[in-house]
Amino acid sequence: MSRPAFYRTIVIAVALALLEAACRLGWIDRFSLIPPSEMLQSAAHILASGEYTRDILVTFGTVAGAAILSVMGGFAVGLILYRWPRLKRAADPFLASYYAVPSFIFYPLFIVMFGLNRWPLVAVAFVFAFVAMAISTVDGFLSVRPILLRAARSMRLTRTQTLRLVILPAAAPYLFTGVKLAIVYAFIGVVAGEFILSGSGLGYRIAFAYQSFETATMYGLMLILLVSVVTINMMLWSRERRLHARLSR
Amino acid sequence: MSISATEPVSAPLSPVSAGQAHVAVRGLMRVYPAAAGRASLHALGPIDLDLMRGEFFSVVGPSGCGKSTLLDVLAGLSVPSEGTATFEGRRIAGSVPDGIGVVFQEDSSFPWLTVFDNAAFGLRRLGAAETEVKARVHDALRLIGLSAFAGAYPAQLSGGMRQRVCIARTLVMRPRFILLDEPFGALDQQTRLLMGDELLRLWRETGATILLITHSLDEAALLSDRVGVMSARPGRFIDVIETGWSRDRDSRIASDGKFGAITGRIWSQLREESLKSMEVAP
Amino acid sequence: MTAHSRPSTGRFDTLVLVAVATLLWAGLAALVGPKVLTGPVETLTHLGRLLVDGDFQASIWETARAFTLALAIAWSVGLVIGMLLGASRMVGEVSEPILTALYSIPKITLYPVILLLFGLGLSARVAFGAIHGIVPVALFTMAAVRGIPPTYFRVARSMRLGPAATARHIILPACLPGIVSGLRIGFSLTLLGTLIGEMFASQRGLGHLTIKAMETDDTRLLMALAVLLVAVATAASAIMLGIDRRLHARRS
Repeated sequence: MSRPAFYRTIVIAVALALLEAACRLGWIDRFSLIPPSEMLQSAAHILASGEYTRDILVTFGTVAGAAILSVMGGFAVGLILYRWPRLKRAADPFLASYYAVPSFIFYPLFIVMFGLNRWPLVAVAFVFAFVAMAISTVDGFLSVRPILLRAARSMRLTRTQTLRLVILPAAAPYLFTGVKLAIVYAFIGVVAGEFILSGSGLGYRIAFAYQSFETATMYGLMLILLVSVVTINMMLWSRERRLHARLSR
Repeated sequence: MSISATEPVSAPLSPVSAGQAHVAVRGLMRVYPAAAGRASLHALGPIDLDLMRGEFFSVVGPSGCGKSTLLDVLAGLSVPSEGTATFEGRRIAGSVPDGIGVVFQEDSSFPWLTVFDNAAFGLRRLGAAETEVKARVHDALRLIGLSAFAGAYPAQLSGGMRQRVCIARTLVMRPRFILLDEPFGALDQQTRLLMGDELLRLWRETGATILLITHSLDEAALLSDRVGVMSARPGRFIDVIETGWSRDRDSRIASDGKFGAITGRIWSQLREESLKSMEVAP
Repeated sequence: MTAHSRPSTGRFDTLVLVAVATLLWAGLAALVGPKVLTGPVETLTHLGRLLVDGDFQASIWETARAFTLALAIAWSVGLVIGMLLGASRMVGEVSEPILTALYSIPKITLYPVILLLFGLGLSARVAFGAIHGIVPVALFTMAAVRGIPPTYFRVARSMRLGPAATARHIILPACLPGIVSGLRIGFSLTLLGTLIGEMFASQRGLGHLTIKAMETDDTRLLMALAVLLVAVATAASAIMLGIDRRLHARRS
């Protein structure tokens, strides 16, 4: 294990230990927060019982769908913004303010467009996630050093060859960051949407448990969500770091 | 073939007809037209030049005189505003002709490919068979001394080694005319001298015509058959010096007395042009 | 690309983009009907009426109160965390994955925890808003600080500047552009977080109005709120972008 990873493990372990102590010693009351060990027990119980498996799978499926669409759509939009810099400059003020709008307010619109199924939720998550991919795509293309394009010209590459063999590989680290962000935002969008709107999925079950005062179940489900998200994130993050390291000097 | 040092010279042509020259340049000029907030810029020329097949020709000149512009035009990366450049009898106009290789000042190795794949890149695009590619790449890597690093990535190499990767990539395609734009600019002096020797060895083995742009007078004097001295912007040749070195030279000719005479002659003309270019805004 | 060459065409382009988007909006609204999507004209007139209505103004004030506090916390805590973590390479390497992991948690699932810890009311809304904005500000700040050339720190040490002075006179100015990007995103996300917090933890404020509008299918109100949010966030973003560009132009 590398040194940073070692320290990281220590930090997390200490934080968990403190939390456990705080809960058990009564510094935080049991109605608010249960000790991490009990969260773990609850999570294990939930997984073993299979009671919520369908909801978990539904959520993951929806996230996957939203993420894939966001990556493709975001890449396409990013390409367009790269090709037309005027368009990008015109859109610049909105690229950050975009996140202030709760995209689930368009849920009724999406129901009309897609029907009463999971697709409106995919749409809500898509709207939240594709912008991150688009911005990363533009940044990636802009990051290609001009000298590489000159080298491509000097070797008489066609435009398609240049795009495929030089631009895409050079932009790969940023594109990968975009994919990672798209997945993260898709998760957030789907789970938040389920929390507020939907009748199925992990987010919905957490909200339901909260409203039914079933704190143990609620925290167990939250732990499952947390661990899944963190695991996926870590896998993507390490791959992303290797890509960036290979291409920096 | 030495000419007076003060006026721009229009015809430092070798004593054979233009038809036999490997690369022939007549009246070449590059003028950037006026744009928003800027008057038109006469960057280069008029230039007349003939390069013989297999010749090693260096260009020295003050900053901003248009040396790199000349290289761009000769490589086909840029279009002249006036005049012509021909390579093996055919006009060079806006696209890179087959048979020309370029090594740029800035490192252009592809960081996502290994040294081997970098060197193989150009040749693979031409559709050569993989066995042919392997053979040529290994040859080139051996020639420039990077065989041991074939599987490494550019990020793991030093600046000088990365430039050698770029040179290998060019060599693999067996160009007949190689243009180098201050390829050793980022390197320290000792490495430069050794790389110069390498370049001479490659030149002898491949028999290509070489045009080297450099700001180092020593380098130009050491390596070339002829040295073209450019004026301040707009760059024109004010002198072309024949060095008369034998083909088997290497950096040790620096101790030859003629070396000092050549560099002295280059500097006596370049000094004034350099002062001129320092007074002009970039 | 010079910053001063065409600010005017930039703004014109944005207006054109807005005009085109509005036309598309009107078209879509006509297609699906006003129950699902209110058209631009109706939305804007409704918004105009709302803005002069006393109750609505009170809601705005509620949200603004919570949001300003949340933003102050998000920005300041985020900046401090980002600078501390960015200053040391080892600390940064250890903490970056943790921060990124925190960033990727759907914070709405922490909402029950926040409510349980803070109760209903202003502090819960502020907390919820703040946790949305802290992490992105910290991440962007960390990246900006890591990008500072190490020589600058050596200069600071050679002039015997203490940590606070170094932060103020060297770190902050050097990484301002990167920080501003983080602050812009932080602004929007904190606004979103405050709203979502209000949706459940409050009887007042724009977030509460939003959930009421969703329950009563008041599409017109929803659209008006969306336009208001976009306008505020865009205005803030544009102002920060303008400051950022002027800083950039001065130094390049």
